[in-house]
Amino acid sequence: MCGIVGIINTDRIKIDGSYIREAIRIQNERGNGLGGGFAAYGIYPGHKDNYAVHIMYQGGKHSEIIKTVEAFLELRTKVHHSDEIPIFPTSTIPSGPYFKRYFVNPLKEQIPVGQSEDDAMVDIVMAINTMGDAYVISSGKDMGVFKGVGFPEDIADFFRIQDYKGYMWIAHNRFPTNTPGWWGGAHPFTILDKAVVHNGEITSYGTNKRWLEMFGYFCMLQTDTEVLSYIFDKLTRKDGLSVEDACFVMAPSLWEDIEYEKAEKKKLLRQLYGQVIVNGPFGIVLTHSGGAIVLNDRNKLRPVVCARVGSTYYASSEECSIRLLSPKVDALWSPRGGEAVIVDLAKEEVQ
Amino acid sequence: MSMKNNWKTIPPFHPEIDYARCDYKNGCTICAHECSWGEISLKPEKLDNGTMVYKPGANLTSCGSCQRCVKMCPYSAIHIVNSPMYTSHGYWTPDYVGNIVKQASSEGGVLMVGNGATGPQRRYFDHIMFDACQVTNPSIDPLREPMEIRTYLGRRPSKWDGEQYPLLKLEVPIMFGAMSFGALNLRVHEAEAKATSEVGTYWNTGEGGFHISLRESYGANTIVQVASGRFGVSEDYLKSAAAVEIKIGQGAKPGIGGHLPGEKVSREISETRMVPEGSDALSPAPHHDIYSIEDLRQLIYAIKETIEYKVPISVKIAAVHNVAAIASGIARAGADIIAIDGFRGGTGATPLQIRQNSGIPIELAIAAADERLRQEGIRNQVSLVASGGIQCSSDVLKAICLGADAVYVATPVLIALGCGMCQRCFTGKCAYGITTNKPGLAERIDVDEAAWALKNLLHAWAEEIEELMGSMGINAIEAMRGNRDRLRGVGLNEEELRILGIKHAGA
Repeated sequence: MCGIVGIINTDRIKIDGSYIREAIRIQNERGNGLGGGFAAYGIYPGHKDNYAVHIMYQGGKHSEIIKTVEAFLELRTKVHHSDEIPIFPTSTIPSGPYFKRYFVNPLKEQIPVGQSEDDAMVDIVMAINTMGDAYVISSGKDMGVFKGVGFPEDIADFFRIQDYKGYMWIAHNRFPTNTPGWWGGAHPFTILDKAVVHNGEITSYGTNKRWLEMFGYFCMLQTDTEVLSYIFDKLTRKDGLSVEDACFVMAPSLWEDIEYEKAEKKKLLRQLYGQVIVNGPFGIVLTHSGGAIVLNDRNKLRPVVCARVGSTYYASSEECSIRLLSPKVDALWSPRGGEAVIVDLAKEEVQ
Repeated sequence: MSMKNNWKTIPPFHPEIDYARCDYKNGCTICAHECSWGEISLKPEKLDNGTMVYKPGANLTSCGSCQRCVKMCPYSAIHIVNSPMYTSHGYWTPDYVGNIVKQASSEGGVLMVGNGATGPQRRYFDHIMFDACQVTNPSIDPLREPMEIRTYLGRRPSKWDGEQYPLLKLEVPIMFGAMSFGALNLRVHEAEAKATSEVGTYWNTGEGGFHISLRESYGANTIVQVASGRFGVSEDYLKSAAAVEIKIGQGAKPGIGGHLPGEKVSREISETRMVPEGSDALSPAPHHDIYSIEDLRQLIYAIKETIEYKVPISVKIAAVHNVAAIASGIARAGADIIAIDGFRGGTGATPLQIRQNSGIPIELAIAAADERLRQEGIRNQVSLVASGGIQCSSDVLKAICLGADAVYVATPVLIALGCGMCQRCFTGKCAYGITTNKPGLAERIDVDEAAWALKNLLHAWAEEIEELMGSMGINAIEAMRGNRDRLRGVGLNEEELRILGIKHAGA
């Protein structure tokens, strides 16, 4: 199972984390206390041009790896600021790993010719993730992820997410099945500014993972969801696909329909990106600094409900989360399997 | 020549006729006519009422257990039995003893056989198990939900460029492997062409040319081969097909060429192969214009220029020790498809020692090649076709999970047409009319019936593949390719698991 919630305000009006805490808490039926997490956008306005790198050190505050990671960051980036991520142990989560955040920019002279700052940042994230015992939890600008093992409201209290204000929030309530419940394995999963929460199981994980490896993305977090943020990053940022095309690639139409529509571009996309098809049941909310996407598997084997209230858009596994925050809605609908709901903050439009 | 040492070879099989069931007294002599090997002869017998009839009997000279007489006897009066054991030695088995007797009694000679290797090497497919959905995700019923097994083969770019590359479209991820005109007769070629064009996949002509009568109707589903003998190769030939395959080697005889004896080179074969009638058609062991990878690149581009870059080029190699590095070189030399043929692959004729002792299993070869191409970031530049020992639909899907895009099957084609695996394809006496051009034998193949059988086979395997995919919760075959996560090994050691890239069961 698993539960997901997303709240997006297209006017970029910020709300604090207490709202999404309630929205995901009410779905505890969909989780089992082995994972909860949040991603928030717009929380670091003072550092909005720096990559906010949240790192989890499994070995704790005195872990040897911290020195290695920090030396590496000093070598490859300009660290504008760093501090511990504040935590507030509770009776339900008395302790956890050690979290730090670093506001950085890759050093220009270190970026290989032909690569962008984003490319360099992806390399840095992959390098840290493969060092062992240090895991980059998020690495986007003006956004951050807070996640761990516990029910989501306990994780929210552990990080006091009500102290952060963002215009876009996503949350996850985990019921792990195929992979272990550990702090790094909780959702959201991220790369740069892309974060994803996922309800389902990716049966194509092996294929997707090995395709990503060819392009320098390494899956180290033992959870299938990880591939989704990497696929989206590769497709939109590196290959220049539109968000719509990227969604099509992940959940394409049947060959039969492509042929019936005589959709030449769709045929080419599917021929090229066959190994990027995400198979198995899934409902996801994927956010990036430009907006959000809600996507279901082709067979619609997981629930997702969307709603609009003024300039706020909601997506949730259960309608109750939406009704809890806003008993009256302007629109409410269930997207069909394989049919993406795309919220574009720049154009203020929704498809 | 002294006859002293010319020991009689003891055939390992012979037919036994149950005369209580046999209808020879009413004039039936079907078995004797069906046997093309001269094993069953007819002896005149006078019945009590004075009628002369012919009684079939085994000659005990030349039975190879092709089972033709058994299958054709309307009275089920025949079965084939093993000859009694003629060696009591546990190490000196009849195979080894028999071969030595044969070689000692001829003035030198390489032992020839047909079909694939028979040795005891491990069949890795049997040690690989599929995953299945339980609880956490639903399996998919292919009878109720759409299930897609269409596959495209050919080169693709590493990122989106909006271009259409020349690709082969396979409605089932199974093609018919190369078997030449000459080794097979025209009827079998036509049946293969008909079946694949109706199902939506491809067949491969092998190295003996593409008969002019089939080109227009079936060219779109045909892969033509360019082998070291260059038989039948012309501009028209290259342009007549959906893809061109350069054959470097084949699993049943890595490192050696082919030999079609002059007596099999009839007028039609001579015209299609473009060699004189009645002359031996020899393909040299290497291509004499390819002594290195850069030469292969030149041939690939010479062909691409000829066909104006309209269709993909495949390069077929035998699975050998260094297959991964060779595959990488072929991809970089410009091939769009690489076909890798494991040591179990069949053939019409190969020296016994090569067949039994050269090459490596396809499971390991395809896994190693796929992994290497991915490490080098060039897997998208080529499609991989696995062949050589694919025996059933689960083998097909396992090969795809290990890294293949599709497979070639050829021995299953022969079996679907009747073949009893007697391994004497090179003799030209095939009792089923498959590997022979002899009038009277070749006519035993009815093109429509044979095409029907081949279509049945493709449909059956396709449905089984869909069942397997559905049980794993996957509805697009693209999501199976290289998906080693859904495989587990049983009874394999660490090195084998490492090469296959799979975990052991339980892990």
